[in-house]
Amino acid sequence: MEKLETEILTKDGNTPKSNFDFAEQLQNHNVDISPLSVDTLQVNITKLCNQACLHCHVDSSPLRTEHMSLETIDQCLKVLGSDDRIKNLDITGGAPELHEHFRYMVKEARKMNKHVMIRHNLTVTHDPHPNTGESNLDLPDFFEKNNVELVSSMPYYQEYFTDKQRGRGVFTKSIDSLKMLNAKGYGKGNPALILDLVYNPVGAFLPAVQCELQEKFEKELADNFNITFDNLFVVTNMPIHRFKKDLERRDSYEDYMNKLVNAFNPLAAEGVMCRSMISVSYDGKVYDCDFNQMLEMQVSNQSSATIYDFDYEKLMERKILVGSHCFGCTAGAGSSCGGETA
Amino acid sequence: MNYYESKDLGKFADVGRFKKDLMDKFFDYYNSVLNAEGSLTKREKALIALAVAHSKQCPYCIDAYTTSCLEHGSNPDEMTEAIHVAAAMDAGIDLVHGVQMLNQFDKLGV
Repeated sequence: MEKLETEILTKDGNTPKSNFDFAEQLQNHNVDISPLSVDTLQVNITKLCNQACLHCHVDSSPLRTEHMSLETIDQCLKVLGSDDRIKNLDITGGAPELHEHFRYMVKEARKMNKHVMIRHNLTVTHDPHPNTGESNLDLPDFFEKNNVELVSSMPYYQEYFTDKQRGRGVFTKSIDSLKMLNAKGYGKGNPALILDLVYNPVGAFLPAVQCELQEKFEKELADNFNITFDNLFVVTNMPIHRFKKDLERRDSYEDYMNKLVNAFNPLAAEGVMCRSMISVSYDGKVYDCDFNQMLEMQVSNQSSATIYDFDYEKLMERKILVGSHCFGCTAGAGSSCGGETA
Repeated sequence: MNYYESKDLGKFADVGRFKKDLMDKFFDYYNSVLNAEGSLTKREKALIALAVAHSKQCPYCIDAYTTSCLEHGSNPDEMTEAIHVAAAMDAGIDLVHGVQMLNQFDKLGV
């Protein structure tokens, strides 16, 4: 497991103490983050991606091979269908569309009338599959036929920031994809065809206020490209994996962590997404959120540690695991897969 | 060790170690102007502050308002244009004093 906190040694030289103690911060502010529900089953079906973005907490790239077996996908679907309290299936990756059974999973979940969200990076429509070379140009058709909600990364309404974070050419391909999705009816206020964009800062700073940035995105994308969308979510960069390594290379990890800690917002903490979801990894293990998954912090309740042992009641009794990275979800107006939380 | 250290910005409030009441008044004024929405948005104010920071060449303010502009959603084009405004104003202020030089030419019969 990756070392979670910057640690200092106490006088005896043995006991490590964290500089960025999230549990202590919650205690100091009297904030309770016990589970509220399991509304959402978030499933990370593959680490394979057509991109290798600077901020990616999954460390996804075209070279990754981890992917969920059909058996585990079926088990996720079985759990999804077994309890009406689970309303949403949130499929993520990597680029989940690159998984050979992605479309099967979507169709089966929709047959159950579950709300399906896809973490769609926009460019996967245009890039050939990294392993098979197959085209995904029919993805907008597939999405529209299955009435899934799309949650798509778009770090800025201009090329410079977007390509800086996600790679050269990404902005142009993303714009093309957004136009294709608009042509299918996405992003025009139809609740069956919701298109959300996700902004995260291109560097070690906090995101702007969500509603203000949404206005700016709406105007710029409409004026320059005749593109519309439904919601903009602003997300804080998580100080783990690839982004953390970049911070350390620039000798700014401590500064970034201090920025997050100083911006701690108890209201945002109360609204953290881990209170109403669970996250399943490609190998079927269960976590409190996608970030804990990437840090291999499996749920505390060992009797529900895999999707094969799913037990709603037992998961509601679990203690959500926290680490220094959790300050990323509680800074300013908060951050989650659905944007601000406060 | 440099004369200006970035981390020293964190000691700004220490200037109130003596005559604290004056420093408190300054911070009240500063926060009322810069950290509140008014007729100008906070985003617009941050861009103005960035331009002034460059014109006055304050390293602390350049660090702080570069970050602040980004955190208010501004982009490098807008921020660079803001410091060009400061630079153009500085150049104009220098050059307009050429009128004084010309006045002196006239006085000296040059």
